[in-house]
Amino acid sequence: MPEAPRKVRVHCQINGMPMSLEAFPMARLLDVLREQAGFTGTKEGCGEGECGACSIEMDGALVNSCLVPLLQADGAKICTIEGMGQVGLLDAVQQAFLIHGGAQCGICTPGMIMAAKNLLVRNPEPTESEIREGLSGNLCRCTGYTRILASVVAACRGSRQGR
Amino acid sequence: MAPANRQIGKPVPRKEGREKVTGAARYVDDLAFPGMIHGVTVRSSVARGKIREIRFAPGIPWNEFTIVAAKDIPGKNCVALLIEDQPCLAEQFVNHPEEPVVLLAHPDKYLLEEARRAVQIEVEPLPAIFAMEDSLARKEIIWGEDNIFKSYLVEKGNLDAAWAAAEVVVEGEYDTGAQEQLYIETQGMIAQASPETGVTVWGSLQCPYYVHKALVRLFGLPKETIRVVQTETGGGFGGKEEYPSMIAGHAALLSWKSGKPVKIVYDRAEDMAATTKRHPSRTRHRTGVTREGKLVAMQIDFDLDGGAYETLSPVVLSRGTIHAAGPYGCPNVRIRSRVVATNAPPHGAFRGFGAPQSVFALERHLDRVAAAVGLSPEELRRRNFIREGETLAVGQVIHEKVEMSKLLDRALELSGYHEKRARFQKENSGCAVKKGIGFASFLHGAGFTGSGEEYLGSEALVSATREGKVQVLAGSTEMGQGTNTVFAQIAADAMGLDCEEIEILQPDTALVPNSGPTVASRTVMIVGKLVETAALNIKRSLEEKGFLKAGFDKDEFREASRRYIERFGGLQSLVKYQHPADLHWDDGTYQGDAYGAYAWAVYVAEVSVDTRTAETRVDDFVAVQEVGKVINPVLAGGQIEGGVAQGIGYALYENVVWQEGRMANGQMTNYIMPTSMDVPAIRVYFEEMPYARGPAGAKGIGELPLDGTAPAIANAISQATGVDVRSIPITPEKLLELLENVHA
Repeated sequence: MPEAPRKVRVHCQINGMPMSLEAFPMARLLDVLREQAGFTGTKEGCGEGECGACSIEMDGALVNSCLVPLLQADGAKICTIEGMGQVGLLDAVQQAFLIHGGAQCGICTPGMIMAAKNLLVRNPEPTESEIREGLSGNLCRCTGYTRILASVVAACRGSRQGR
Repeated sequence: MAPANRQIGKPVPRKEGREKVTGAARYVDDLAFPGMIHGVTVRSSVARGKIREIRFAPGIPWNEFTIVAAKDIPGKNCVALLIEDQPCLAEQFVNHPEEPVVLLAHPDKYLLEEARRAVQIEVEPLPAIFAMEDSLARKEIIWGEDNIFKSYLVEKGNLDAAWAAAEVVVEGEYDTGAQEQLYIETQGMIAQASPETGVTVWGSLQCPYYVHKALVRLFGLPKETIRVVQTETGGGFGGKEEYPSMIAGHAALLSWKSGKPVKIVYDRAEDMAATTKRHPSRTRHRTGVTREGKLVAMQIDFDLDGGAYETLSPVVLSRGTIHAAGPYGCPNVRIRSRVVATNAPPHGAFRGFGAPQSVFALERHLDRVAAAVGLSPEELRRRNFIREGETLAVGQVIHEKVEMSKLLDRALELSGYHEKRARFQKENSGCAVKKGIGFASFLHGAGFTGSGEEYLGSEALVSATREGKVQVLAGSTEMGQGTNTVFAQIAADAMGLDCEEIEILQPDTALVPNSGPTVASRTVMIVGKLVETAALNIKRSLEEKGFLKAGFDKDEFREASRRYIERFGGLQSLVKYQHPADLHWDDGTYQGDAYGAYAWAVYVAEVSVDTRTAETRVDDFVAVQEVGKVINPVLAGGQIEGGVAQGIGYALYENVVWQEGRMANGQMTNYIMPTSMDVPAIRVYFEEMPYARGPAGAKGIGELPLDGTAPAIANAISQATGVDVRSIPITPEKLLELLENVHA
């Protein structure tokens, strides 16, 4: 009989805090974040990298955390929705989603906001088609995307005015 | 005198929005209770058969598992809904693939998955039915005496005599496929149950009192020992109307036996394979029309595939039937409809609830009728639109002001319809990418059909607290559509307060009254009215006792509430629905006032079809509707946009592939819903004619956008390419075949 897999310990930084996590090497980063680290803001929608509900940033890149084995997170800097802003102090993108109707049922929202933030870091003044492309890996069943796009546009406008 | 502090019509931010944009909102899978274990469902792999044996293969420490089968059910083995034909766990027979047979629970999720695969359910197959025609032909009797869950007959005028006046007769058959709700949060439930404490479930659901009723039957316990709590719900669209009663029952049975809290959360594959979808349909139209384009006779045969058990099929069929003749005043109509059994998982509620199916058929058919009499699609409709004082197919006289022609004018103007239609016709020849523009005009009834609201007798409670806050207690759920925010606006507006002063309590059957299910575009119009009345009652009580003076501010309101409660012990108002005395409905003849109010709409779709790849893109979409007073323009706009996007999916992409009653493409990889790249900027316009009986003049809105989107797109594709689209989804494969026939 093959030897049962052993748990591994990985060290990484989540939302600016050093964390030590222990699980099987192929455990999904999504599960470890939610169940061990307590970051339940990251959601599971499909478990196969299609819907983007579990989007997080890993070393600055947007990834589907359902497709990342824990081992790959060793030494990584991870940002989840909890690292963006708090209920009482929203980040500009979160504020725009709140005001412009970018969130309805809210289950895709954390992933969508992570994708929007990642897009705006790479491209601070995206065109409409660039926003559509930038968010195309994140499915939303409620909004028809129209108000999500409006939210991202408003977040850009807000940050321009802030400069 | 109207209160000075108006909240209606303002884009008040979503009440629970801050929690949602920060990831702080707690959905069922985000909750963990001490000692909680996990549950899974072992399902039938066969469509129909007799259960011979259930084997537990070696290699699994079965003694560590909680195992539940039908014999463990303390009450009646059913998912109680309209009737009790569906078992909670199959015992002797299975009637569809993925039917639940055995439940397992264990603390280790990974071991649980292995165990699920190690349960072998041996079934002796019986002949199964997968097609509506076979069910209607009674090749096997698989349900009741004749495989028919329900049938209706609607008669208006004298159809048989009317054919004589018909100068042109147009016939056609139209089909629609199943559609998966595809809420991004899959179904999930946590239960804590024991003979001592009763049964409590927390979960993702639309209708707490449906789940409550089902658990009462399943456990045979008194009502007060069952409690259902809605957690934040990540989309429903009808998919969490009836199915949560099943998964709640399963989690509760496992908890009952194990003595521990049990969580069941489906993965996407299980959710798509096992839960309900929109009913597939087939509609046959035979329409008689004069040369001037006056509809004189409409015969409509409307059939739905209900799947293996009845669930809500009779009600879905009812709405589809009533909407089948559309917003037209044809004097002679006969609608015959049936919903039949097949050995597929039961089809169920999905936004629109039967109407998207029958409206697709009608609106596609009317474009063909127009062509047959040489009229433009808009002119044919204009000559037949129902007007105030005329009657719908069910004999309902329209008393409200209805101006379909004006809606049509506005939609055509906003979309640039005439200019584009002419231009596309000119430019399309010789181009591989062909453009087209088409529309659909339609209505959607708000609230339960006929005497449904009277039967439900919904209640809502508004209560003032000692701290001067106002609480709304209702069974109506927030699932993204905006219940919390809109109820806060209605209550605040009625009382002259800001929305921040209003607290919406989480639906919990131990605390909130039964406001009926959160379905049928009824939450704002029906329950919102109860909330408005209760809020007004509270304000009036304060005024009558002299605690509140005109022009009060929030501090004065708080002080008044405090003093009132000090003096009288409490301040609340429970309001029960009163059916308007002038609305009459006869279930026997299916005649009468089917709905208290209708939303009216015209949707225009502009498409381009690449004739080389047969891919269709929606380039522009204009949605014009009259929905009474709009309470929150951001939320209302979002409802329409989201519904249109689901309609685009229904029309073009969302294709459930069936293999012997099983969904063969049950993943997001191969069941395709629209992404941000697939939908255009959806342009939404509201005409607001306040409805006297709605809160602040509002009518229902939620389901409307599903009705008109697909036929508008189908009509646009037909205009672009000349193909006669008869079924949706219009996948490239299907369209390629149609294009080949056109050019052959």
